[in-house]
Amino acid sequence: MKRGATALFSGLLFGAGLVVSGMADPRNVVAFLDVTRAWDPRLAFVMAGAIGVHALALRLGRRVAPVSREPAPIDARLVGGAAIFGVGWGLAGYCPGPAIVSLGFGSPPAWAFVGAMIVGVFLGEAAARTSVDGRAREPVSAC
Amino acid sequence: MLGGALIGAAASVYWFANRRVAGVSGVLAGALRERSDRGARVPFLVGLVIAGVVAALVGARPAAVGQAPAPLLIAGVLVGFGTRLGGGCTSGHGVCGLSRGSRRSLVAVLTFMAAAALTVLVVGHVAPGWSVPR
Repeated sequence: MKRGATALFSGLLFGAGLVVSGMADPRNVVAFLDVTRAWDPRLAFVMAGAIGVHALALRLGRRVAPVSREPAPIDARLVGGAAIFGVGWGLAGYCPGPAIVSLGFGSPPAWAFVGAMIVGVFLGEAAARTSVDGRAREPVSAC
Repeated sequence: MLGGALIGAAASVYWFANRRVAGVSGVLAGALRERSDRGARVPFLVGLVIAGVVAALVGARPAAVGQAPAPLLIAGVLVGFGTRLGGGCTSGHGVCGLSRGSRRSLVAVLTFMAAAALTVLVVGHVAPGWSVPR
């Protein structure tokens, strides 16, 4: 119950941050990505703010919850996956967080996007398990 | 910056309370995959949606963007696929990974930012109808 409550609270806070920062609006994301027109650096400031707070918290709490070392190598899967994600991100202006927040806006484009994204998640997990080097692997999460 | 600080605080609460990385693509994939350990994942996703509902109720919802359906659906599949293959998205690699000083995450972030910027550029020239309207 406690875990559920804190998880719900973090989701709320995370979503509020995306809304307040304007990052739940694909236009603001594309305005950052489009370096050839009037460039909008806000996304970089939002990320810097988030990283500043989180890195400080991780440092202060490292005795309670030590951060483990990197579990996986830098390989073609990491770079290829990131590149494919980047193409989708640039195409729609949505990454997973803002897309899920936008479900709550009641915006049909976000529902379509999230539906397609769930299909992509299943395909991506299957692909991540398929070996390129003869060894099957479990999908690696985040960092 | 304030919004960013809220995101950083949210990732911190999630980490210390659940010992989990608040990467949205990873949380979503975990919630879809595993029946056993949804207790920390589904509420996080529900919180994100509620934040959107509250924003809409108080009039903080952004105006409709009006993307074309085809690029939106293709983009959705690519985002789901790429984040699972690469092990993270803007929050998992971007916010959480960089906060941990992960070199993998740095490589991922530089790669997806470059790919996204290039995509915006190319689509704007080759298929302007597919661009996100600004």
